[in-house]
Amino acid sequence: MGYRIMNNKPLRPLYTIPYTAWILLFVIAPIALIVYYSFFDLAGHFTLDNYINFFSSVYLKLTISSFWYAFLITLFTLLFAYPTAYFLTKTKHKQLWLLLIIIPSWINLLLKTYAFIGLFGLYGPINALLETVGIGSQQILFTDFSFVFVSVYIFIPFMILPIFNSLDKLNPALIDASHDLGANSWTTFRRVIWPLTLNGVKSGIQVVFIPALSLFMITRLIAGNKVITLGTAIEQQFLVTQNWGMGSTIAVFLILFMFIIMLITSSNDRGTTINGKTK
Amino acid sequence: MEKLSKLPKIYLVVVFIILYAPIFYLIFYSFNSGGNMSNFESFTLEHYAAVFEDTRLIVILINTIVVALLSALISTAIGVLGALSIVFMRNKAMRNAVLSLNNILIVSPDVIIGASFLILFTMIGVKLGFASVLISHIAFSIPIVVIMVLPKLQEMSPTLIDAALDLGASKRDVLTRVIIPFIKPGILAGFFLALTYSLDDFAVTFFVTGNGFSTLSVEIYSMARAGITLTINALSGLIFLVTVILVLGYYTISRKTKAPLSGVKK
Repeated sequence: MGYRIMNNKPLRPLYTIPYTAWILLFVIAPIALIVYYSFFDLAGHFTLDNYINFFSSVYLKLTISSFWYAFLITLFTLLFAYPTAYFLTKTKHKQLWLLLIIIPSWINLLLKTYAFIGLFGLYGPINALLETVGIGSQQILFTDFSFVFVSVYIFIPFMILPIFNSLDKLNPALIDASHDLGANSWTTFRRVIWPLTLNGVKSGIQVVFIPALSLFMITRLIAGNKVITLGTAIEQQFLVTQNWGMGSTIAVFLILFMFIIMLITSSNDRGTTINGKTK
Repeated sequence: MEKLSKLPKIYLVVVFIILYAPIFYLIFYSFNSGGNMSNFESFTLEHYAAVFEDTRLIVILINTIVVALLSALISTAIGVLGALSIVFMRNKAMRNAVLSLNNILIVSPDVIIGASFLILFTMIGVKLGFASVLISHIAFSIPIVVIMVLPKLQEMSPTLIDAALDLGASKRDVLTRVIIPFIKPGILAGFFLALTYSLDDFAVTFFVTGNGFSTLSVEIYSMARAGITLTINALSGLIFLVTVILVLGYYTISRKTKAPLSGVKK
């Protein structure tokens, strides 16, 4: 880099201080503290019990079910988001349409979740609809279906953004070339479009799967404690049982899972970031 | 490029309806005098009146806005400094390491951030309440600002700085008259994102807020756990309005600031 200023100058340390302090205090220290606390029991004694506990059937089951729900949520989000992103890139004012897709994601998460309490309620519009169709009213709220549905609803815009960006970067000449060379639409999609947008899909999966593992607000409000995710378990341990040691242990594993997922989904193209801003 | 046929259009419309339906459903019933979200009796504004009469709710609303504005301002300042330190870093390995550290808080689940900050604040003795919430919001907004500002800085040609220095600009001039104006769209985008992250945050705040202090998200959570109150609907109507104004404001500002810049680039 050709920057001449601010290198090896007395000014340099001064302006790097706030950011460096932030990294030390709010990135490194919290993780270190979580790891540290995971070795202590309720009485404050050093122990490995929390880890032994984690490998008991209760927590293993919880982890597996949490992964299963996160998988379902990610899968359905992708299934809905990909076509949406694809069609969006073909609209006339695509940036405006994209903005319209994003606006709901800026509405407070709690409010959107709250809306579903009404929508899915026993006397809500969905049940009224089911009644008129002749199926009869169902218990929708407090089921795992409603949990997955609401989560997919919440995450769809976050999945659309990175996929839209990678589709938008795709050179249309490649698709024309593929057609000219005799590929049908499906082959073109499978052999050209999908591989070239895989990075967008990967970052989409990353921004959906990790939060889906750790949801706790939606599980409480929509699934009525029917679904327990890793996030719910951590919240429970920290704020209800006050067992910070066990909570930290679950958090340690959640951090581990997070790193593994990031490794799997990290793309060679370092351009796509969480906000879908590509540069 | 091929035109959209009928089926994809219908698909897009359905997705839009599904995305917006819950929001408009909430707003629609905020005018319901019936007191529930299933049958609409008659039009009323009493729930909006209830929002403005509830001083506790107003205090919470002000808290939320103050935290959002302060945290966005402070995190933008620190984030810009951070982006500058990353860009001016000579060592490439070091730079990548710092970037990875920067992104940890972005990908970390809220629960982890909340729980670890709770431990941190308890350890160093920060009283849970306004201060702990504000500090957490600043902390999780900084990496977003960095991510928004960094591409702009990398886009900037080093020759601009060289030219300024050759023309006799001081280091301060270079920063305030060359670098800052160039990265302004990134700074604004970072500020707005920080603002929305703060306004939208529930999980982190839920962990680090004490008994005496509450933000809107946390308050809505406890209200929603108790059941349906149309006051929440009225609130959501107001929030929707503010959000749309924010989005439009952001959209016009980013268009205004981008226009002359892209003219320079090409």
